Amino acid sequence: MKLAADNGLPGLGRVVIWFNDPGNWWGSTGLLAHVREHLVYTFVVVCTAALIAVPVGLVIGHTGRGTTLIAGTSNALRAVPALGLLIFLIVVLSPRIHIRQGLGSTIPAGSVPYLIPALLVLVILAIPPILTSTYAGVQSLEPAAREAAAGTGMTPLQVILKVEMPCSLPLIMSGLRSATLQVIATLTVAAYAPLVGGLGRLIVDGHQNLRDLRYGYPAMVAGGVSVAVLALAVDALLNLAQRLLTSPGIALSGTRQRTNPMNSQNPVQNAG
Amino acid sequence: MIRFDSVTKGYPDGTLAVDNLSLDAPSGQISVLVGPSGCGKTTSLRMVNRMIEPTSGRVLLDGRDTASIEPAELRRGIGYVIQQAGLFPHKTVLDNIATVPLLLGRSKREARNRAAELLELVGLPQTLAGRYPVQLSGGQQQRVGVARALAADPPVMLMDEPFSAVDPVVREQLQNEFLRIQAELSKTIIFVTHDIDEAIKLGDKIAVMRVGGTLAQFSPPAELLSRPRDEFVAGFVGRDRGYRALSFASTGPLPLAEEPTVRLGDPLSAAREREKDGWILVVGQDDAPLGWLAAGGLTDEQAKGSAGTDLLNLGGTLATKAGTLREALDAALSSPSGRGVIVHEDGRFAGTVTASQVLARIETRATRLREGAIRSATGVCS
Repeated sequence: MKLAADNGLPGLGRVVIWFNDPGNWWGSTGLLAHVREHLVYTFVVVCTAALIAVPVGLVIGHTGRGTTLIAGTSNALRAVPALGLLIFLIVVLSPRIHIRQGLGSTIPAGSVPYLIPALLVLVILAIPPILTSTYAGVQSLEPAAREAAAGTGMTPLQVILKVEMPCSLPLIMSGLRSATLQVIATLTVAAYAPLVGGLGRLIVDGHQNLRDLRYGYPAMVAGGVSVAVLALAVDALLNLAQRLLTSPGIALSGTRQRTNPMNSQNPVQNAG
Repeated sequence: MIRFDSVTKGYPDGTLAVDNLSLDAPSGQISVLVGPSGCGKTTSLRMVNRMIEPTSGRVLLDGRDTASIEPAELRRGIGYVIQQAGLFPHKTVLDNIATVPLLLGRSKREARNRAAELLELVGLPQTLAGRYPVQLSGGQQQRVGVARALAADPPVMLMDEPFSAVDPVVREQLQNEFLRIQAELSKTIIFVTHDIDEAIKLGDKIAVMRVGGTLAQFSPPAELLSRPRDEFVAGFVGRDRGYRALSFASTGPLPLAEEPTVRLGDPLSAAREREKDGWILVVGQDDAPLGWLAAGGLTDEQAKGSAGTDLLNLGGTLATKAGTLREALDAALSSPSGRGVIVHEDGRFAGTVTASQVLARIETRATRLREGAIRSATGVCS
């Protein structure tokens, strides 16, 4: 490899060798353990973000109040640099968190003070895409359907849960997918915090031992490739879930939903 | 009965959408609110099910103040049909119709059985039950909307321009079926439209409203046409009101003339032999008139063929024997042969009538009405 020859880094062949070594796959610091950590963190982050963003988005969409405020805040949040916020939160929060216990191998003892700021950064990043797509989904519902829902005697909560939410499901799911991709990609940054796992470990640690033939550059590339593969696999799963959850009646009229202007700001483009 | 008792709806900027409206919509009848845009007709309707709250005044349902009933509970007891149908796009036709029974706590099975009955009532095939709204035509969607409003068998129905988003042909079908269903169910209905013709066709009583939200006149349609209370009503009811009033006059026994006919597919030579004044009526196998054939103009060469649909003039309208003078006159005026085609109730050809014959009946009726009006006017004076 020309690149390797020029800068003295191990060649891509070393990456293949890295992947071929079972020792790099198994064990508490192996690839699979990092994948599991990565998935657990992603799940926790996206669920937390969704638990906040979906209800808020539904209420904003239903009432039509606060849309300007939320749209502005969401866009501002997207511009926040993840690494800067992470370091800031570690400086501010970590000394104040006194939990020393861990939980199994995914959360080693002593990691919680760093894990919380790291995941918090990601929750903050994951909220805007879910929030904006949720309220855009609710607002794309035909006004006549909303009028009819109230007119048939549904309470406001029933209107939200029985009509607005199922009808905006494709957009809610697309927000969740964007957020998930963004979290999977940005989680690598979280490894700058000590003791925080995930595939970012391979990248950050590999970067620190760049010229090490086994744990350096090859591990870094392996980590990057794994993040990409993981992102594609998870997105495919969510896509499947979206298809299964969306009513055929919505899917058939989906062309209208997909031309929604909100999607032009699809945060996938901002991810990573 | 739905009673509007001095109902006013004002907005913070001081404009009044509805101004001191008092009106009794009688039970079991269709009361139509009609007027130009901005006359407050839709606002008035929406105050009945509290989609809008009145600023002052009360709306009473069979004597009960609607303000004392929880909005959701109130609305479950009132059928509501809106212009764009407003079907729930994520639910099947059947589940859309079952909405209110389910909200009222009926079992899913019971609600769906009821929905299937309603599908039939509004003239939709059961095969549509599993479809989604996006797969239906506008007319079908509106039928589903009506079925959904009827599902819990509410005594009261509110209909906000339900037929104005569909094309004229479908609109007329929907109107006719609506009248058929109402004849069967006798709901207390408030119906909003901007179309005076629709109001006259459907209403048992018509409330004409003017911009600013005041009531101009509340009368049965025939009276609205014959005695508009003021210039606004007269102008709104329109220029053709003399002609339109004939919609409320049944023809009575018309002097039907025998008419030679040929069946579709008969040889044209037969048509040419039997034509009257150059025209002959072509009927189908079931004796239903199909159109006029200009048999007088056929050349010998052309007469060798048979009477096909491509040769028919379809310009003439049909009137039923038990129909109105307006239909009969229109049939006569629109017929290319000048002979209006009258059919039996089942669509079979009955005979023809000329415009002058219909006019003679109109004259007789008008004379009778004039004498009646003079008698009642002198009665008022004394």
